[in-house]
Amino acid sequence: MKQKHLLTLLERNARLSVTDLAAALNESEDNILETMNELQKEKIICGYHTLINWDKTSTERVMAFIELNISPEREYGYDRIAKAIYQFEEVDTMYLLSGSKDFIIFINGKTMQEIAKFVGSKLACINEVTGTATSFVLKTYKVDGVIYEDHKDEDERLIIT
Amino acid sequence: MKYEDYLSTTVKEIKPSGIRKFFDLANTVEGVISLGVGEPDFDTPWAIREAAIYSIQQGKTFYTANQGLLELRKEISAYAKRRFNLDYDPQKNIIVTVGGSEAIDICLRAIINPGDEVITMSPGYVAYEPGIRLAKATPVIIELKEENTFKLTKEALEKAITNKTKAVLLNYPNNPTGGVMTYEDYKELIPLIKKHNLLVISDEIYAELTYDTKFCSLASFEEIKDQVIIINGFSKAFAMTGWRLGYTLANEVITQAMNKIHQYVIMSAPTAAQYGAIEGLRSCDHRVDEMRDAYFLRRNYIVNGFNNLGLTTFLPQGAFYVFPCIRSTGLTSEEFCSELVTQQKVACVPGTAFGEAGEGFIRVSYAYSIEEIKEALERIKIFLQDLHHKK
Repeated sequence: MKQKHLLTLLERNARLSVTDLAAALNESEDNILETMNELQKEKIICGYHTLINWDKTSTERVMAFIELNISPEREYGYDRIAKAIYQFEEVDTMYLLSGSKDFIIFINGKTMQEIAKFVGSKLACINEVTGTATSFVLKTYKVDGVIYEDHKDEDERLIIT
Repeated sequence: MKYEDYLSTTVKEIKPSGIRKFFDLANTVEGVISLGVGEPDFDTPWAIREAAIYSIQQGKTFYTANQGLLELRKEISAYAKRRFNLDYDPQKNIIVTVGGSEAIDICLRAIINPGDEVITMSPGYVAYEPGIRLAKATPVIIELKEENTFKLTKEALEKAITNKTKAVLLNYPNNPTGGVMTYEDYKELIPLIKKHNLLVISDEIYAELTYDTKFCSLASFEEIKDQVIIINGFSKAFAMTGWRLGYTLANEVITQAMNKIHQYVIMSAPTAAQYGAIEGLRSCDHRVDEMRDAYFLRRNYIVNGFNNLGLTTFLPQGAFYVFPCIRSTGLTSEEFCSELVTQQKVACVPGTAFGEAGEGFIRVSYAYSIEEIKEALERIKIFLQDLHHKK
């Protein structure tokens, strides 16, 4: 079985049953289950999440991107400071970047004030953090290859050709 | 006036497309899940669409050279080399056409004299036999067999050849069966093609869509390369059906003859589509690969699905069709498809739409998401159970 095929199927739809995966990959269900378990153990599969357009719900939710500059530590480089940051539950996603910024983190909060408070009282106070730039998200267009707005699923094709 | 009497006898004798007939029936049923289409479900890659839009914004809205933009022909030439290891000169050997359909037509008309015979296959794509008749040749049909996984055998071809045979019209990977000819399969036919000096029109529109076997172009046999006219296009591989863009690859003499017809009846293929295609050939190989991978997984899924339902389905090696055998139900192909669409609202195409040899089979397209295929298979399961209870 090509691992890539299994991962592509799951990335597109994590709800496909083991039976369906087995049929698409021409493998036994046992083999699929075993492979998935291994992929989870190896942290290649890191979770099975759902894409939610929170804008369409009544839940209050604000998202911000925060670019950070830091001074790396001797021996540890960026990783120990990264850990000090991503341990906060507020931090949803975190990357180390090339170029003029060091980290970018995505944060979800209930309100702008809540996020502002987190940046001011937690992030900016970390000794090695030398600067932050916060951008609030106004609207979500596309996440992980899925278009959120104005996207019709209708099949435009003639039914028989 | 009785206008019927004014019509061309050839046109009157041509039967309406079996696909069209079934479309009219299926179209009256509400809430149909279709497995009946012969085109990709993927959108044309945005890079291609964007390039075409840009060309229009730039005012590139005039005729192009008859054979197509030289820039595009150069890209086609490079693509044929890169993907299929074929050498064709952009100036001498390539014509950009309005889909593979025009390519088939100009090719047939360029080579046929009245009384010539053209060998083609059943089951086969609906346009071949009428195309041969419109060009005033006599079609000679070879019936392909499921036990040979719908390949053309040396024996069958030999039997069909007469002293009137001008050409053979082949299509692998095949619509509707999904059958493929490998290098070894073709090799068997080469001596016959050479011995009888036959031309071969090889419709390789599904060339990018083969699965467990590597695609082999008939033109890769150097000893008959000049006898081969390749039909290809952007519809299937680049998900560009509505753009109507295809091309021919052939020797210089035949290319010139085809271009004579093309320049008078078409002038040139649509300009914006040609600009889109240039971008496709330059930057979309990886998108083609992604789509092939998706079809590959769906193929496995649907073949397993049909076999589990008790409808024997061989594992096709190409295109995006499966061709399940429905003889076990006791129904004809047409009965099966009409009852299926009226009772369970799933549209498939009767095998007979592709010639008499399609009796006992249905053509099922897997240019659909796995979720859609799953839903359709569940409905077919109920249909088969109901049939069983009635017996």
